[in-house]
Amino acid sequence: MFRTLSILIKKEFLQIFRNRSILAIIFVMPVIQLVILPLAANYEIKNIKIAVVDHDKSTQSRELIRKITASGYFKMTHYGENYEKAYEEIEKDKADLILEVPNNFEKDLVRENSGKILLAINAINGTKAGLSASYLAQILQHYNRQIQVEIDPGAESSAETSGLEILPTFWFNENYNYRLSLVPGILAFLVTLISGYLAALNIVQEKETGTIEQINVSPIKKRDFILGKLIPFWILAMVAFTIGLFVTIFVYNIQMQGSFLLLYGFIAVYLVTVLGLGLLASVYSETQQQAMFIVFFFMMIFILMSGLFTPTESMTEWAKYIAYANPVTYGVDGIRLIMLKNSGVRDLLPHFSFLIGLGSVAITWAVLRYRKTN
Amino acid sequence: MKQLLTFVKKEFWHVLRDRRILLILFGMPVVQILLFGFALSTEVKDTRIGVLDQDKSQNSMELISKIGANQYFDIYENLASVSEAEDAFKSGKIKMIVVIPAQFAQNLNSDCKAKIQLITDGADLNLANQIYSFMSNIILDFYGEQNFNQRSGVQPEIRMLYNPQLKGAPNFVPGVMAFILLIICVLMTAIAIVREKESGTMEVLLVSPMKPYIIILAKAIPYFILSVLILISILILSVTVLDLPIRGNLLLLFGISIIFIITNLLIGIVISILTNTQQTAMLISLVGTMLPTLMLSGFMFPVENMPVPLQVVGNIIPAKWYYEIVKNIMIKGTGLEVLWKHVLVLFGMMIILFVIAVKKFKIRLE
Repeated sequence: MFRTLSILIKKEFLQIFRNRSILAIIFVMPVIQLVILPLAANYEIKNIKIAVVDHDKSTQSRELIRKITASGYFKMTHYGENYEKAYEEIEKDKADLILEVPNNFEKDLVRENSGKILLAINAINGTKAGLSASYLAQILQHYNRQIQVEIDPGAESSAETSGLEILPTFWFNENYNYRLSLVPGILAFLVTLISGYLAALNIVQEKETGTIEQINVSPIKKRDFILGKLIPFWILAMVAFTIGLFVTIFVYNIQMQGSFLLLYGFIAVYLVTVLGLGLLASVYSETQQQAMFIVFFFMMIFILMSGLFTPTESMTEWAKYIAYANPVTYGVDGIRLIMLKNSGVRDLLPHFSFLIGLGSVAITWAVLRYRKTN
Repeated sequence: MKQLLTFVKKEFWHVLRDRRILLILFGMPVVQILLFGFALSTEVKDTRIGVLDQDKSQNSMELISKIGANQYFDIYENLASVSEAEDAFKSGKIKMIVVIPAQFAQNLNSDCKAKIQLITDGADLNLANQIYSFMSNIILDFYGEQNFNQRSGVQPEIRMLYNPQLKGAPNFVPGVMAFILLIICVLMTAIAIVREKESGTMEVLLVSPMKPYIIILAKAIPYFILSVLILISILILSVTVLDLPIRGNLLLLFGISIIFIITNLLIGIVISILTNTQQTAMLISLVGTMLPTLMLSGFMFPVENMPVPLQVVGNIIPAKWYYEIVKNIMIKGTGLEVLWKHVLVLFGMMIILFVIAVKKFKIRLE
């Protein structure tokens, strides 16, 4: 058995190494993408473009605007007295939000100790809108405390001293580095993409070119055939992962917190699962085109619903189940847990058991479904 | 003309025969639009947090129940010590811990500064940042109401334009739309032509009396028609099932979509002219279009945060412009007065690709 298998693997490797473009994709693509893409993936919301409509034009309104723009989050791109004009700026994407200060703003503030302002926020992107509102609320809180002291110096003691201080701590990421939270996830994506596609396209290519017939008429066992396909890609994917890990550690300077042994053990299992799913897709398709579209369809869902781009918690109830049945969710989470948080085997038990379960189902299914005769 | 028609018919037949591809072509957009439209949301909701109350006073308990009552947070664990916190983070069960130190209430009511520590899981900094911001607002709000004169100071009235419920769909659906049209047009044409090359049937076509451009045109037309049908089904779904508006001019949206579809078909044709095997064509289409579009078009990440070179690269991606156009026409209801520049760019791209396709194609035939 091992002799047949090793011959099959050798043949497979020869075939892979003959195709230069595939090699480039396995070894160069992860590096390039890992170097470039994390630069784009920055969620940090700053420089929110703000259009100011100031009907009051008073000292207080100017002070408020100064406070807001001095915070670093907001950048004033328009200043005027006409709401419609400001709204046009939003339509042209030249502003993200409108701050309207009403006529008697300063008067009300001095007389009744209260003032109203209107914020109209472009909320197509809900995250950005929510964060903008929340940043502004924080600035207003400080501003309110300040004017309270100005207006009523007697309030100083109560406003200043009974204050509440909120101390933020970002664990596992003290330097507040966005790359740290994204690069390991993108690394997981890349190995998933590469191994999934390669595995899916491979068997189909043999079907399409007809070479599979030759294998079918040979005495090779189904199991050996599938394993002979799986093992070379598994090895290549491990190499691709290693290259990506180098980039993560040396280019992005992300320090590995956990154990390399656990990380490699985890990735080894993860890749078997992904390859198994790729094989399953290839067993079910007749042409490379079909295989590619099937893989693409699932990849899109796997990647977008993995929790890296949008939090799993905020998904609709039924959608959470899809996220929990998604191998990429476990892949991304697992890499993060090991690399960034030094989580141990016990923390990863759910990940391991899910991946092993899904992988065995996929591979068994592929072996059973693969028929030597059509 | 008649020649073209027969040829288109033949190609159409070819496409329709492959039931699986058809199923994927129509099934994929439907499933993805529904799935992403309903499921994806960047909104913070039910985030599982832990609390570590070292004070156990009236004050701290009130605060905790206030936090628990909020839709953003879900109190999952009551911790007894900071060391437990580390384990909770490592297992990935919770995203934030609110630490209320001993003597919190005492400090708050006497003249000392009371402190609350919010520990977040920085391994997911984006989420950490959002929930930190929301949580501190809730806490400050709570004490603002209690300790200061009510309703004093400046109060903002907040109006969320275009998407008052802060749903994910208005942002995602235009993006998914651009993405699906891109993938279908580019991949299908790229592969359809290369496949003929790979199987050797292209040679047969080229020695036939048919003009080369007719061959290409005949290959592209069925996919063009399919793409338009897919566009229509996506729009119907978005409006009926996802409740998205089409506030702007529907005809304008269609016209621009057609320019976008043709642009993508041309990308596919150029790729197929440049490659010789299906595998290379597919991988170039995927590597060259899928990830850059997903990452750089502004659909997942804000463009203004990207380094300038990446913004430049983003600008040569047709889907980036189309995504902005769709978002503007559908959700904002703006028209050409705002979008003329976008349309011009897209149109220019189409012309350039057309010229490249014609030039390259001639070279290969000589």
